[in-house]
Parts: sequence; C-alpha cells; structure tokens
Amino acid sequence: MTTLSSPTKESGVAVPRGPRPGEPNGRRRLLRAIKPGPTADAGGAALYRRWWLPWLWMAPAIIGVTVFGVYPFLNTLLLSFTDAKPLGGAASFVGLDNYTRLLGDSDFWLATRNSVLYALIVVPLMVLLPLVLAVLVEKNLPGIGFFRSAFYTPVLASSVVVGLSWQWLLSDQGLVNTWLQKAHIIREAIPFLSDSWLILFSAMGLTLWKGLGWYMIFYLAALGNVPKELHEAAAVDGAGAIRRFWHVTMPGVRTSMLLVGTLTGIGSLRVFTEIYMLGGATGGPGGADRTLPFYIRDVALDPLTGNAGYGSAVSVALFVLTLGLTLLAQRLTKEDEA
Amino acid sequence: MTTAVAKRRFVPRWRDYGRPRELIVRYLLLLFILGITIGPLVWQLLSSLKGVGEDVFGARASLIPREPTLNAYRQVFDQVPVWTYIRNSTIVVVLSVGSQLLFSTLAGYMLSKPSWRGRKLVWVLLMASMMFPFESIMVSLFLSIRDLGLVDNLAGVWLPGFVAAINVLIMRAAFLAVPREIEDAAMLDGAGEWKRFRYLYLPSAWGAILVVTINTFISAWDDFLWPLIVLRTEDHFTLTLGLARLQSSSFGYDQRLVMAGSVISVIPVLVLFVITQRWFYKGVSSGAVKL
Repeated sequence: MTTLSSPTKESGVAVPRGPRPGEPNGRRRLLRAIKPGPTADAGGAALYRRWWLPWLWMAPAIIGVTVFGVYPFLNTLLLSFTDAKPLGGAASFVGLDNYTRLLGDSDFWLATRNSVLYALIVVPLMVLLPLVLAVLVEKNLPGIGFFRSAFYTPVLASSVVVGLSWQWLLSDQGLVNTWLQKAHIIREAIPFLSDSWLILFSAMGLTLWKGLGWYMIFYLAALGNVPKELHEAAAVDGAGAIRRFWHVTMPGVRTSMLLVGTLTGIGSLRVFTEIYMLGGATGGPGGADRTLPFYIRDVALDPLTGNAGYGSAVSVALFVLTLGLTLLAQRLTKEDEA
Repeated sequence: MTTAVAKRRFVPRWRDYGRPRELIVRYLLLLFILGITIGPLVWQLLSSLKGVGEDVFGARASLIPREPTLNAYRQVFDQVPVWTYIRNSTIVVVLSVGSQLLFSTLAGYMLSKPSWRGRKLVWVLLMASMMFPFESIMVSLFLSIRDLGLVDNLAGVWLPGFVAAINVLIMRAAFLAVPREIEDAAMLDGAGEWKRFRYLYLPSAWGAILVVTINTFISAWDDFLWPLIVLRTEDHFTLTLGLARLQSSSFGYDQRLVMAGSVISVIPVLVLFVITQRWFYKGVSSGAVKL
C-alpha cells in the first residue's frame, strides 16, 4: 500500500515523513518521558502501555472476520463430513460419503464444467476488451468525461436490473430478435433464453458487459504509467494504432492484465445472479446452466430436500478451484517478475 | 507541475487533438460502444415511460414512447409494495455502511500504528478471511444465521457483512499516509489516542472513508444471492429480491411496471455516482475485488 507523504492541509507545505518507529530521536524520547501511551520495547518498536488497548480497538474487526470469515470456512470443512440439514436437527458423521457422492454426481460435474467454461471464455475477453476501451478514452478529447461515465454506468446497476433488461433484449420478441428479423438476417427468433448453451453464452455476455466499465477505470490508472515517449517513438517508426497497442500498451500494463485475469477468474467462479436472471430459478432448462454457487444453493439450502453436508462438500470443491486459480496466477506473476 | 498547468490555459482547437480522420474513427468507435453500454439501460428507461396502449416488444414497438407518461411508476407504487422494498434495502445499507465505517476505521487505525504484540497475527487473520469466496462459505454462514434465529430477518442479511477485511486495509493505507510529525505535535499538545484518531486521522482520511462508503453502499444495495437465501416473506424483501420476484410473478406481463421498478432501484446509486464520481474511480483501484 502507498506510504506517500502528502502535504499537510493546514500549511500547504510538504512535510517529510518522520523517523521510522525503530529510530528514536530527541523529541520522541522526550515524548516518551512525559506522555503515557506508546513506549518502546527493547527492539525499539512502540508498545502500548496498556497492552489490551489495541485489541479493544480491533475487537469488532477481529470478531467479524473470525466469526463470518475464517470460522465458516473451517466449519464448511467439518460439515462436509456430515449430513447436516439446512433447517436444523441432528447431524451425523458420514465420513467421506459426501466426497464419493461428489465424484459420481453428474450434476456436480455439469456445474463445474459450466463454471470453468465461464472462466475460460470470460477471462481473456475481460482482460482485453476493457483495455481497448481504456485506450480509447485515455486521451483528453472533448466530451471524453461523458464517455467514461457512460461506460461505467452498467457497473452501478445491480445484476438483477441488468438481468431484467437483458431478458427483454434477448427474449423471442425482444429488441435483438426483432431487429435481426427486420434486417432479414434471421427468419426464426434465436432462442437466447430457452437453449441451454445460448443461456450460458448470454450470461457470459452479461458478465462482460457489466464488468467492462469497472476494469476500464482499473486500466486507466495503469495506462498513466506507460511512458509517452515509447508511443511517440513507435509512431515515428510508422507503427499504426493496432501495432502500438500490441507492442507498447500491452507490455506496459502486463502486471495489471495479470491482476485483472486473476480477479475475473475468481469472479467467474462466483457467478450466480446472471444465470438466475436469464435461465430462471431452475438455472436453465433442467438445471443445465447451473454454476457451482447455483448448485451449492440448490443442494444445500432447499428447506425440504437440502443437505448442508453435501453442499459443504461442493463448497470445498469450489474453494479448491479458486485456490488453484489463485496459485496459478501467483506463479505467473512471479515468472513475469523474474 | 507548473508547466502542465500553464499548458492547460490555452484553449485547444480540434486540430490539436490529432489528425481529423483518426479523430472521426475514434469518436465513431466511442459512439458505437456508448450504444452497447448504455443502450439497454436507456431502452429500459424509455420503455418505462410508455403508456398501456404502446407495445414494448415486437415488430410494432417503437423505441421512443409516443406519449410519455409516468403511469407505470404510479402503478408500480400502487400495486407492488415498493416502499417496503425500498425501506428494507435502506435498512440494510444504513446498517452496513455504519458498521463498516466505524469498525474499519477503528481497526485500520490500530493496524497503521507501529507494532504492538499480536499485530502480525491480526494481519494474518485479515488476509486469511479474504481468501474464501463468499459462495464457498455461504452454507455455513446460513447455518450460523439460522442458529442465531435471524432467518427471514434483515439483521441476518446485514450481519455477515458488518465488517470486511478489505475495508480495514483501505483505511490502514490511508492512515499510514498521515505524516508522523503532525501526530507528534498533537501528542505534545496533550491529545490522547482517541482525540488524535477523531480530530487528526479521521479528517485526513476522508477520501478513503468515501471509498469505503461507496463500495459498501453499492454492494449492499445491489446484493442478490445472500438476501435470496436469508429472506423468506415478501414483507422483508429488499429491492433486488422484489424486482426479481416482480418479473416472475403475475405482474410480469406488464413489462412497463418492471422497467419502472428497475429505474427506481438504479436512481440512488446513480445520484451517489454523480455526486462523488471521482471517488468511485478511486474505489476501483483501491478495492479491486469485484466482477
């Protein structure tokens, strides 16, 4: 994180950063003598005289991330060896049953395939398209602020709202089908919302469309760090816009691209609302478009037939996938830096 | 810096922006993308203004409403408990923003202080909690909410998100940027820990505070999966749930109502965006956990 010193508001003069905690100077020693509060231990690091004070300040955050972050994960691991019910009642230990069931569960594999496919298609597009967009709005042209804001708007709408509008765009009588028919490109309406493959691809389109603005802004910050001289030099050498994009811009923001890839990869594995809005509460015809989160909700949380134990096993599978992706990204980043 | 400022003073003419042909291509591309990105939302807005006699779909539907009317909005408020949805969403948002701000500033402040014993441990805990995607722990979260008796309760929607590690880290980074000298001076003046936090650190980190507010506001207002799991009865539905329900229920036949509902739900976020645009963009580069 940044530790840039900022000019003080009061004086308007930049104040250099003070001595690091490890290097005592005269004033600090004086302070220590006359004030209660931070003192120094043998290592030179400041310690609070009342040791519990920091813990008091941190307590809500520590409780929050423990009870609603770390504990649920450990509990999920534990639950995956039981047959707990979503509405309570005694749960018994079933050993590895849930995991053996997982291996033979074709619905689980279908959901996994959908989620992985989602990531495989969405990630490359989401790494590239917003970058192109960012390059387009980077230059300070008249009205560019308007375009930037407009491109960002889909980020603001909830997935539900966006899903609703896409539902109508893509329905049999929706705008897309009507226009294509009017232009005599197609005769029959394309079944965007009833064919399981088309639902999946439409949902991917929705994810992309909603994420474009977000990552455009993300790239915009990174583009500022690409030296202008490189672009100018390439232009002088006669490189066109596309070649400059490929040989100057892209190498310049490689780290950001890797980060966007990681984030969208993890995000793709978390997709739920898009499928729910376009494929309906069943997740496509016969549940054919369910992603892993969708499947978890279906098997674990149904009040009547739900099995929180089995759902937890699926959750562990989702976590392993996410972890694998994160580790892969880390390795790529390391190779990139080396 | 001064040269950049001086340069900006002269008013540029069109030819200063580049070759005309390149410019035209650029603007055409921008307009094309504009159509794709806000087209569907604009269409939604326009359709919500259509009267009952007009087609929303089909070959005979026009894009611009012939006789713009606010009837759909009146109807949606009459026939659907939109005010209840809005109230419920607002409760969740206010609770989330309040608790996130309070606890992430407190924790971020302490975490920005030179080492006290156990600081590393807390750091590891925060990092660990960010490793687990919400969807992979939601089953266990639901069981916890059930054991607390908060199923079908707005408090149950809010509770798992009452503080987030990422916001603590954002606040910590902001507090680290406060120069030491000022704090030393404040200490000499006899300002205690709380006073320094309240009157020195909080005011100088207001940018980060805005970022946390915006991020929390949007994620709470737009959330769908978790409310869907926790809430059961319509009286407790948030706006997103109500909208999704509206579409699938018998009202679904009148698309104008659903579109009006969508527009209503986007307005608060849009207003926030217009007011604090710059900080939205800041939030992207500091938060960066989103799809």
